[in-house]
Amino acid sequence: MGLKTPLHQQHVQCGAKIVDFGGWDMPVHYGSQIEEHHKVRRDAGMFDVSHMTVLTITGPGSESLLVELLANDIRKLPRSGKALYSAMLNEHGGVVDDLIVYANPDEYLMVVNCATRDKDLAWINTRAKDFDCVVEEHPDRAIVAVQGPNAISAVKAVVGDETGKLIASLKVFQGGYSGAWFIARTGYTGERGVEIILPGDEVPGLWEALSLQGVAPIGLGARDTLRLEAGMNLYGSDMDEGTSPFESNMGGTVVMDNHEFIGKAALQRQISEGIPRQLVGVIMKERGVLRAHYPVFCEGLLVGELTSGAFSPTLGYSIALARVSSDVLTPSSEKAALTVQIRDKQVAVTQVKHPFVRNGKQSYKTQ
Amino acid sequence: MADFPDELKYAKTHEWARLEDDGTVTVGITDHAQDALGDVVFVELPELDTKLPAGGDAGVVESVKAASDIYSPVSGTVIEVNQALEDAPEKVNESPFIDGWFFKVAPDDTAELEALLSALDYQKVCEQESH
Repeated sequence: MGLKTPLHQQHVQCGAKIVDFGGWDMPVHYGSQIEEHHKVRRDAGMFDVSHMTVLTITGPGSESLLVELLANDIRKLPRSGKALYSAMLNEHGGVVDDLIVYANPDEYLMVVNCATRDKDLAWINTRAKDFDCVVEEHPDRAIVAVQGPNAISAVKAVVGDETGKLIASLKVFQGGYSGAWFIARTGYTGERGVEIILPGDEVPGLWEALSLQGVAPIGLGARDTLRLEAGMNLYGSDMDEGTSPFESNMGGTVVMDNHEFIGKAALQRQISEGIPRQLVGVIMKERGVLRAHYPVFCEGLLVGELTSGAFSPTLGYSIALARVSSDVLTPSSEKAALTVQIRDKQVAVTQVKHPFVRNGKQSYKTQ
Repeated sequence: MADFPDELKYAKTHEWARLEDDGTVTVGITDHAQDALGDVVFVELPELDTKLPAGGDAGVVESVKAASDIYSPVSGTVIEVNQALEDAPEKVNESPFIDGWFFKVAPDDTAELEALLSALDYQKVCEQESH
């Protein structure tokens, strides 16, 4: 028996198949993962992500702590609830975790992964001792993501006027408080939508109200295929402490100039010596499914492996992220002909510039 | 709760076999198996006229979760495959024992069916697996 979110009862009532996820009993699907996936791309779905860890950092030293902890630069955000996606690195430039931090007027509100909770807290708290700040975990807060083309109108229909006005005022990648509810225009699906952080005892009411608006519950299975279509990394699969952000297609979230942070020296070394591997998108139109850890070859030579792979319900064929040796991606040569070993067969895949899907439609280009 | 129709025979590897009136044997995967796999997205079926030994590789079923090999519960020659699964693999989830069948064989020896599990014994295998 694992930890349970305040929505456990609702999941069971909706017929969820419950699996262990980082010590939590979580819904993997409520009947059909593919139907749930389509529901988010075409209408609206809601995800219980209350297993994720919510932290606040307050006090005059908060900003300096985050400057040191994060590879992205917190100082570029106005304190108006703007969100920053960043890697948190170790001294070797490896990714300890990826996270989102909202720069609110009186606090930094941070959401980190559930499976990495213990090491993240230990890592952050060790650094926080040197700064005048308070790091607090909020296990009493639940998180619901509502995503899809009709998600925002469904949420507006179930909240009061004041909260509705707040939602209307938010820009993409921005959040704000309405009472004890924090609502942000962020997500992990590549669709319009919000994520709501709210007191755990208020979340069943929100869930049931959204359900009456026709918003369907979505399990972790569809969450994974939605994020992969959207080209978003999953910590522990696509990057970890053994990979740098440059090897994880996260270079755009690293600020090297006028920014001293843990892991910077290692990243500088990697830049001068050359980044050995890259994370790229691949598609396969043949029948079959690309899956994590399948080996990737170029002209018969092993050059890497898939880090995530799935059947894409939106595209109707398989997509994957592959970490491959940079040698096979040199821009001067013709595009390398990559193959993936699926059981005993070599199958040709096409390298594409991901994301694969945005706002319900194919968004990649073949390079 | 999964279905375990009494009139079928079962393999430990989660295929079912049905002896038809014309003496052929129809094969598919069980309700328990499709439930464990989740949504099926591709099915690779055996070629017609292939001679399959009992327990021999007869194809692959790919779901959102995993790829699983399919084994023939009895030895025989493949005489028909369910082409409908090519365009509608979801039939395996929706109707594992009827519309979601995989292939039919002309069995070498229908007595082999006796060596397979009854519905009750197969159900016990499934219960043990989930503990």
